[in-house]
Amino acid sequence: MLEITGLHVEFGGLHALNNLDFTVEEGEIVAVIGPNGAGKTTFFNVVSGMVKPTEGRLLFQGRSLLGLDPNKITARGIARTFQNVRLFNNMTVLENVMVSQHCRTRQRILDALLQTRRFRTEEALVRDRGKEVLGFFGTRLTGYRFDQPASVLSYANRRRLEIARAMATSPKLILLDEPVAGMNPVESAELTQLIGKLRDEMGYTIVLIEHDMSVVRDISDRVVVLDHGEAIARGTYAEVSANPQVIEAYLGQTTDGS
Amino acid sequence: MTVTGKISAIRGAGPAPAHRRRLLDQDWPRLLRAGAVLALGQVFIALSGMPVSFDRRLLIDPVLSLGYLSLLWLPLVVGYWVGREQVLEGMAAYTRGGRDVAAGAIAGLLGNAGLTLLVLGITHFDIRDPLVNWSPQLLDILEFEESVWLGTLIWPAIGAGTGALGGGMHWAGSRTSRTTVTVLLSVFGTAVLESVITDLTQGFHVEAVSDWLYGPKRGLTYPAAIAVAATAVGVMTGLAAYRASPARDGRTTRGNGAATVGGSESARPAWRRMPTRRAMNLVLTVAAIVVLPLFLGRLTNELLANVGLFILLALGLNIIVGLAGILDLGYVAFFAVGGYSVAVLTSPGSPRFDPEIPWFGALFAAMLLAGLAGLFIGAPVIRMRGDYLAIVTLGFGEIIRVLLLSDWLSGTFNGAQGITNVPGVEVFGLATVRGFEPRSVLYLVLVFCAIAVYVSWRLENSRIGRAWMAIREDENVAEAMGVDTVSAKLMAFVTGAVLGSFSGAILSAKVGSVFPHSFAIIVSIVILVVVIFGGMGNIPGVIAGAVVLIGILGGPNQPGLLQEFAEYKILIYGALLVWMMLQRSEGLIPNMRRARELHIDEMNQDVWLRAQAAADDAHNEGGNPRGGRL
Repeated sequence: MLEITGLHVEFGGLHALNNLDFTVEEGEIVAVIGPNGAGKTTFFNVVSGMVKPTEGRLLFQGRSLLGLDPNKITARGIARTFQNVRLFNNMTVLENVMVSQHCRTRQRILDALLQTRRFRTEEALVRDRGKEVLGFFGTRLTGYRFDQPASVLSYANRRRLEIARAMATSPKLILLDEPVAGMNPVESAELTQLIGKLRDEMGYTIVLIEHDMSVVRDISDRVVVLDHGEAIARGTYAEVSANPQVIEAYLGQTTDGS
Repeated sequence: MTVTGKISAIRGAGPAPAHRRRLLDQDWPRLLRAGAVLALGQVFIALSGMPVSFDRRLLIDPVLSLGYLSLLWLPLVVGYWVGREQVLEGMAAYTRGGRDVAAGAIAGLLGNAGLTLLVLGITHFDIRDPLVNWSPQLLDILEFEESVWLGTLIWPAIGAGTGALGGGMHWAGSRTSRTTVTVLLSVFGTAVLESVITDLTQGFHVEAVSDWLYGPKRGLTYPAAIAVAATAVGVMTGLAAYRASPARDGRTTRGNGAATVGGSESARPAWRRMPTRRAMNLVLTVAAIVVLPLFLGRLTNELLANVGLFILLALGLNIIVGLAGILDLGYVAFFAVGGYSVAVLTSPGSPRFDPEIPWFGALFAAMLLAGLAGLFIGAPVIRMRGDYLAIVTLGFGEIIRVLLLSDWLSGTFNGAQGITNVPGVEVFGLATVRGFEPRSVLYLVLVFCAIAVYVSWRLENSRIGRAWMAIREDENVAEAMGVDTVSAKLMAFVTGAVLGSFSGAILSAKVGSVFPHSFAIIVSIVILVVVIFGGMGNIPGVIAGAVVLIGILGGPNQPGLLQEFAEYKILIYGALLVWMMLQRSEGLIPNMRRARELHIDEMNQDVWLRAQAAADDAHNEGGNPRGGRL
C-alpha cells in the first residue's frame, strides 16, 4: 500500500532521514520505534506532506505522493494524528470531526447561502458521520460533549478526539504519532484495544510511533526500528527486541564492565 | 500593608465577627501608586486640552461643564479602584468599612496634587512652546476664574471628595453603589446626548420634553437633572423589587448567564421555551428596526446610517480576521474599490466611462472588482503568516489609496480632486436614495446589513466556515486534515472584500463624492478596532462594537453621538482598546467559544464554588445535594 524507497530528508546538513526504505501492506499494523531524535516524526511529516523529502520515492497505492500538498495527501486517504495533541481548541468536539471531512464534501458557498438541498443533505451527512466516528470511543465523546469546545476535554479524551478527527477524513492509512503518550496504564490498554479495532472493524491500515513497548508488543504485526534516520531493524516484535543493534541503539554501546 | 495588617486581614477570614480596621491602616504603597497614576492621568487630560475645549459645553446648567467633568471622573474611578482592599482570595475575608472611603479620599487627595502642581507651574513657567495647552485659559479653568490660591487648594479637596465618593461605593454596599452609578451615568448620558435627544423628541413630536430638559446653553436644568436622577433611582428600585419577587424565582438560573456551561438539568424547561421566545424577540427587533427610522430625526438617521456602513465593513473584516484569522490591516482597500467603482460608473463628473449606468449595475461591477481585488491582494499574502502578513496587507491598503491619488490614473480617478456628482440610488423607480435624505440611506444600509448578517451567519455554519475556523486555530493541522487552505483563505478575502465593497458603494452614493483621503489607513484601523472591541468572530459582537464605537464616538470621518469628543476620538479609541485588551480581551459580546477559552479556569472555579454552595445548602437543609443552584 505504502512503498517508500531511498528516502532522504535533510535539514541544512542534518540527515533527519537517511536512505530509508519502508513498505506497508494493506491491513497491517506497523510500529515505528526508535530513540528520541531518530526521525520517526519526520518520517510521518514526510508521508503526510508537511515536510518535503530531499530525495526518494513515495508511492501510495501505486501513485506518487511527491510534491502533493498535505490536503491532497489527506484526500488520497492518509490521515494522521500529532504527538503533541493539536486539536482545533476553540471549535466544538463535533466541529472538529466535521471540519476534517472537508476533502470528502463538495458543497459550495452558494449552496450554503441558498440553503440548497445539496447543502442540507450534505450537512446532515457530515454531522451524522461525525457522530458515528465519535461514537467509536463509547460515550466519552458523545452526548453533551458534542457541543463542548475541544479545549475543555481531558487529556486522554483529547487524544481520542485526535484519532476521531483522523478517522473522519475517511482514510485508508492512519498514521498515529504516540497515541498513548501520557495516558495511564488502564487508558493505554483500552486505547490499544481500540487501535486493534480500527484495523479489524474499520479496515484501516495503521502505522504508529510508540514508545510504550507493551503497546507495540500487543498490537503490531511488524516493527521497524529507526536510529539516526536509518532503519536498523525490521521484523516482528520478538525478532526486533532480540536484535543486538536495537538494544544498542536504545541502551547505548555496551562497554566492558557495564 | 503592614505585617499586623496582613495578620489581621487573615484573621478576618474566620467565623468571628469581622475585624474592624482603623482608617489609616492602609496599603500605603498602593495608595501612593494610585495617587501617582491619578496625578499623571489628570495632568495628561488637562494638557490634552479637553478641559479648555469642553468648558463651554454645560452638562448641568450653571454648575457643571463637560470640561470640569473631564477632570472629575478620574478621581472617582481611582477612588473606587483603590477603595477595595486587596486580600488574598480564600485566605481573608474582605470587610468593607470607613477605611475604603479613607483610601479613596487619600488617593484623590494625593492624585489631585498633580493639578495643584500644574496650576503653580502655569503661573510660574511658560512652556507653551511644546505644550500648546499650557495656557492661561487652562489656568482660568483650574482656578475657577478666581485666584491662584483657590486653584492650588481646591483641587486636592475636590480630589479627596470625589475619591471618597468612589471609595464609598464599597462601603455603601453593592445595591446603593449600583444605583449611584446608574444615576450618575444616566444624568451624564442625558446631558451629553442633548442633540440626539432633541432630535428624537422632534421625530416623535414631543419637543416640549427636550425644551424642558435643556437650558439655553444645552445643559440640563436643575429640575431636569433631578428628575432624570429620580427616574433612574425609580427604575433601579423597581428592577431590584422585580428580581426579588417570588414570581421570578423559578427562572433565576437564567440570570446566571454564562454560568450554565453544560446546560444543567434544572435549566432545561427554560431552554425548551427559548426557540419561540427567540423567534418573537427576533420578529420584534426586526419590526422595530424597520419602523423606528420613520420616527427618528435627520441627525439620528444619519448617525445610524453611518453606523450601518461600519457594520457592513466590520462584518466583512470579521470574516477575514475573526473567522479565518488572517490579520488584514489593509481592509480599507475594498471599501475604496467599492466606493470608486460606483463613483466612476455612475457619476457624470467622472473623467472616464461616459455612459453612466444605474447604481445597482455599478454595485454589481463593484462586487466583481472587489472580489478581484480580494484575489489580487490575497494571492501574494496567502503563504505568509502573522506579522509579515499584517505588514504586507497594510502596504496593499496604502497602495490602493496612492493609486487613486496618482497622476498616472488621474484620467480615471481624477486624483486628489476625487469624483463628485455621484447620483443617488434609484430603487427600481419606487424611491430614490439620496444623501440629503438620511432616512432613505438608512433603509438602504439596513437592507445590505441584513444581507451581510445573513451571509456571515450562513457561511459560519457551513463547510467553508468550519474550514476558516480550523485555519484560524492551526493552519498546518487544518491543511493536514484535508482543508485546502489556499482556496479557503482566498475565499475569505473575496467574501470579505465583497461585503466591504457594499459599504463603499453606498458611501459614494450617500456622500455624492469620493476622495482618496476618505480611504486612509485610519479607516482600516478603526474597522479592526470595531471588530476587536465588539468580539472577534461573533456577529452580534461585531454589530455591537460598531454601534458603540461608531455610534457614540463616530467613525474616522463621521460624527458620532458625542460630537464634543470628535477631536479626541482617536485618543479615546486607543484608551478603550488598551482597557479592553487588559480587562476583557474577548470583546464586548464574546464568541462563547473564545470566552470559554480565555476564562476557562475562572468558569471551572465558578462551577465548583456553586457546587460547594449547593452542597452546603443541601447539608443544612437536609435536602437533595444537587438542588437547583448549579
